[in-house]
Amino acid sequence: MDKIVATDVNAWFDGKQALKNINFKIEANKVTAIIGPSGCGKSTFIRCLNRMHETITGATVSGQILLDGQDIYRQEIDPVNVRRRVGMVFQKATPFPTMTIYDNVAAGLRLNGLKDRDQLDRAVEQSLRDAALWDEVKDVLFKPGTNLSGGQQQRLCIARALAIKPEVLLLDEPCSALDPISTAKVEELIHVLKKDYTVVIVTHNMQQAARVADYTAFFMLGELVEYNATGKIFTAPRDKRTEDYVTGRFG
Amino acid sequence: MEINQQKHYVIRKNKERLFLAAMVACAALSVLPLVLLVGYVFIRGIGAINLAFFFNLPAPVGTPGGGMANAILGTLMIVLIGCFFSLPIGVLAGIWLAEWGKGKTGFLVRYCVDILAGIPSIVLGIFAYVLIVLPLHRFSAIAGGFAVSLVMLPYITRTTEEMVRLVPRSLREAGLALGLPEWKVAWFVVLRTAWSGIFTGIMLAVARAAGETAPLLFTAFSSLYWNFRPDQPTASMTVQIYNFAISPYEEWQQMAWAGSLVLMAIVLLITVLVRKKSKRVSYG
Repeated sequence: MDKIVATDVNAWFDGKQALKNINFKIEANKVTAIIGPSGCGKSTFIRCLNRMHETITGATVSGQILLDGQDIYRQEIDPVNVRRRVGMVFQKATPFPTMTIYDNVAAGLRLNGLKDRDQLDRAVEQSLRDAALWDEVKDVLFKPGTNLSGGQQQRLCIARALAIKPEVLLLDEPCSALDPISTAKVEELIHVLKKDYTVVIVTHNMQQAARVADYTAFFMLGELVEYNATGKIFTAPRDKRTEDYVTGRFG
Repeated sequence: MEINQQKHYVIRKNKERLFLAAMVACAALSVLPLVLLVGYVFIRGIGAINLAFFFNLPAPVGTPGGGMANAILGTLMIVLIGCFFSLPIGVLAGIWLAEWGKGKTGFLVRYCVDILAGIPSIVLGIFAYVLIVLPLHRFSAIAGGFAVSLVMLPYITRTTEEMVRLVPRSLREAGLALGLPEWKVAWFVVLRTAWSGIFTGIMLAVARAAGETAPLLFTAFSSLYWNFRPDQPTASMTVQIYNFAISPYEEWQQMAWAGSLVLMAIVLLITVLVRKKSKRVSYG
């Protein structure tokens, strides 16, 4: 089943085109990786999927993006509601610096109005378990989130995103600042997460795409060059540019 | 030729020494006023500081044991009233400037706030006099607090703006990505992160306000008695110091020195503490 269907998506920064006619279907409960050289529009594309792109001054989008058949860019749709359904984790871990680990995970729920302490406790524990962080932090829940290591902070951000129970999880180069062990943990986590979530991951690490993704898309210069099952992209690419990229001839 | 070069070298070296010495001397001179001032006020004032100073009303000339308790309370009241006006407006305006004030309106608001900061404080006093004292037919702590709030407002607004701007975009995005509306991100994520910095600005504004005399002269006026009502003439440390200092009585002049010392100590303490704290501000 297709969770997200993007049709003729174009995006601009101050009139400079960053995405050109992207047509893309993302299957539910699968991991889809987006690879490509720096500046190819891969981050821009996933930022269009939860309407984060437009939060930058001068950034615009056109085209249609359906989430479960509903166009998220229709006039009457509130971007806030889109973002509750499509969560996001960024390249740099961004725990809220004034909040404890617990408060970080609870932030989304609390600020959306949930007050019940029991429910919050349960949601925090579950999210931290889902993010494979519970065992490491269960004794320091009320210490600042910024005390954690880089890899733990990134998993804390994943837990924070999971706490509001999104349907889709967008990961924007989540491991680029992490050491190999933390990276392995996050990748393991991605495998588990796809049971409950549709995962889209942007990465400039091709091995990572090969390890975690069911499908892989190759972007270049704002265009979607090729999109296929991950195995096909890496072993039998149809496009010459994809082949050059995955074999390391440029990029 | 060689000897000549050697001579030039010596001249150059001496010129350098001369300029270095001049700069060191000027640096020392710029510190000197503060040291002398603090030292002199300390020496003149410390003698009159005792418990009575903090708990008693000013005593009539010739009677021992007077204090400035009413002025200390009055300054506190005026500054609190000043905060009451300037805090909400300044903080909200600062957030607005930082988050939404990129266009022409923002530029205009910022410009006006900066100009307000440059207006002589006596003019702010006259403004409060016309606006509040005249219609109410009396001097009051409210009028004084209002005048003082005009002194505080630009500080608070601009510090808030700067501190909010320092919060990295990534944190705002993290908030937005959690499905929070923009105002909640501004309020619960950005403001909370920037708060320690904003608090620094507020405390500096408080210190500045506590040390103002001109805006209070014809707004809060002064009083030699206890006053707990904000709609009555109210003593303040600065105006009390002024009145005592120009009086012909030795005891009152002595009180003025003591008052100066206490006021200076309060202001310096706030400034030093806040500066020490603000160095630790970081946004992870």
